[in-house]
Amino acid sequence: METKKIEIPVMADLFARGEKPEFLFWVGCAGAFDDRYKKVTRAFAKILDYLGTSYAVLGPEESCTGDPARRAGNEMLYQMQALQNIEILKNYEVKKIITICPHCYNIFKNEYPDLGGNYEVINYVQFLDKAIAEGKIKLDEKALNGTRIVYHDPCYLGRANDIYAEPRSILKKLTPNFVEHERSKSFALCCGAGGAQMFKEAENGNKEVFIERTEQLLETNPNIIATACPFCMTMMTDGLKYKNRNEDVKNYDIVELIVQVLNL
Amino acid sequence: MKQIIFAIALLITLGVFAFTITRIIKYFKFTKANFPIRDLGKRFGVMMDVAFGQTKIFRRPVIGFLHAIVFWGFCVILIGSIEMVIDGLFGTERALGVLGGFYDFITASGDIFAFLIAISISVFLIRRLFLHIKRFEGIEMKKKSHQDANVALTMILLLMISLLGMNAGYVALKNIEQEEIKGLFPVGSILAGLFGINEHSVSLWHEIFWWMHILLIFIFANILPYSKHFHVFLSVPNTFLTRLEPLGKLTNMDDITKEVKMMLDPNMAFAAPAEGEEMPAPSRFGVKDVEDVSWKNYFDSLTCTECGRCTSMCPANTTGKRLSPRKIMMDLRARMKEKGPLMVKNGKEYSDGKSYVHDYITDEEIWACTTCNACAKECPVNINHPTLIVDLRRYLVMEESSAPGGLKTMFSNIENNGAPWQYSFEDRLLWADNLERNIN
Repeated sequence: METKKIEIPVMADLFARGEKPEFLFWVGCAGAFDDRYKKVTRAFAKILDYLGTSYAVLGPEESCTGDPARRAGNEMLYQMQALQNIEILKNYEVKKIITICPHCYNIFKNEYPDLGGNYEVINYVQFLDKAIAEGKIKLDEKALNGTRIVYHDPCYLGRANDIYAEPRSILKKLTPNFVEHERSKSFALCCGAGGAQMFKEAENGNKEVFIERTEQLLETNPNIIATACPFCMTMMTDGLKYKNRNEDVKNYDIVELIVQVLNL
Repeated sequence: MKQIIFAIALLITLGVFAFTITRIIKYFKFTKANFPIRDLGKRFGVMMDVAFGQTKIFRRPVIGFLHAIVFWGFCVILIGSIEMVIDGLFGTERALGVLGGFYDFITASGDIFAFLIAISISVFLIRRLFLHIKRFEGIEMKKKSHQDANVALTMILLLMISLLGMNAGYVALKNIEQEEIKGLFPVGSILAGLFGINEHSVSLWHEIFWWMHILLIFIFANILPYSKHFHVFLSVPNTFLTRLEPLGKLTNMDDITKEVKMMLDPNMAFAAPAEGEEMPAPSRFGVKDVEDVSWKNYFDSLTCTECGRCTSMCPANTTGKRLSPRKIMMDLRARMKEKGPLMVKNGKEYSDGKSYVHDYITDEEIWACTTCNACAKECPVNINHPTLIVDLRRYLVMEESSAPGGLKTMFSNIENNGAPWQYSFEDRLLWADNLERNIN
């Protein structure tokens, strides 16, 4: 099969050539550094290339949005990050931002405007759903026939921003065997990593949240647990390992499934 | 005579109520400003949806339905109560009878609702007294919390029994006197048979039930502000005063923005303050005690009826951690009850050596929150717990420099290399190495 090398466009290079891309693709720290989640970033970059989207990343100029600092109470550090990021985005005249991480999405969409950072913020599930609806991505609806997929709602897409429909619409196009747990949509249980929990030990209790959530989702007898957030991915992957179910149940991000079906 | 006694009872009721509310307003004066009340149309919509439509209580459909019956019934029966006050003051009998067909509708639905509420309340009492419902337990649920609930439910049950007794007595009396019955009483008509045909005793029973019902309302209204059932008064306004931002949005700290902008812009740091502009006294970052919370936080805490739906959906609590969103609200209310009178007496600066943080809410609770917003989403009266929890964290981090070790490492990683983990800026594109895709 023929392959094509993908060069990721970097904002500074484009600007040096006098080009201005339509979108900034905000990769996020997990997207850049988390070994498992880097595969998700790569998958989404393949889609962007496949669609011929006009975009660029900041690369070494990208920095943490400040989300974990803010939710851990360090407003000072959050605002330092935010104001510096806003300055960089201003230099590149960024108008539209695509994020893969729901936490980055939430903070750009809801919180940066308070500091003067106003953008059209698009989460990748919205972007993908739109591309499918417009026929730019054509999915063979029988591709994953017989594969039971359950979706874990990330809190920062779901309850935080009411994005429930798009991920479901995509997954239902991938498989006729999409299943729901009763704790889904606004009733979904958190994976346990939000609010900066990702970076600290859990308090004393009788169970880890990620195990509870994994057990819930396993009740639906899925072949795949689909996620749409880097932290949820870490938690669900760990949960499957903990339950010794990582052989028969896989955890994939929604965009990885699309790339699989498109065979990119 | 009856009118005079009634007027005195009403005056006492209103007097005590005014006293209570004045005290609570004094406590509100210790709290901080919050969002301005704009978007009245949108707020009205939220109130119609969440309060009058009971949409969030229906997230638990079965028990939610029973609550909706009680709520909707109360709305109709309230009209009847107003009529009783008119009748009591002016010696009239069923003064609103002039409304004709509409009066038939109000009385009939009130009569049926009274019966349905009595059944619902009985179910609630059975659940609380005999069934072990996990959501009614927890470290914050003291004996007083359970007593509060049982007292309120018993009073509502007595209110409904007296209302049905009054309606039945009225129908029986009118039948004996062969006078026209104002209004429709489907349940009352059935029960009327129980009263017998002795005019004197029927009239006496009617009178007893009438007084019992109205006096119970007067007493109930004055007990409510001192119990968790203050929610009968505050739920509807609390939904109107909902924080309209998306649940994912935290409130910006504008004081910090000023400081950070100064730090980032050296010219600003050395500029003298503009003429007439004084440096405001630095206020405390985050929430340490009740005087640091916003009026909305305190309103939330008074509205909370301790139903525990928040806590039952909390990932931390359901996995055995100490955090309970309900406790965050109950402790705020309790702490204001403790410190409010002291501040009224000795001024806002008064300290009793205790605080909401540490003495009521432990660090362990504050750090267990995942900010998932399940509590806020679940709350039937739109209380927002996570913003308050983050305000507590803001106090711990920015005033006490206290945070779990992992978070301190995360902070310094972000400060030094712009990522929560220890990776360098230069490595931010490594993910893209050797990336290629198939061409189909």
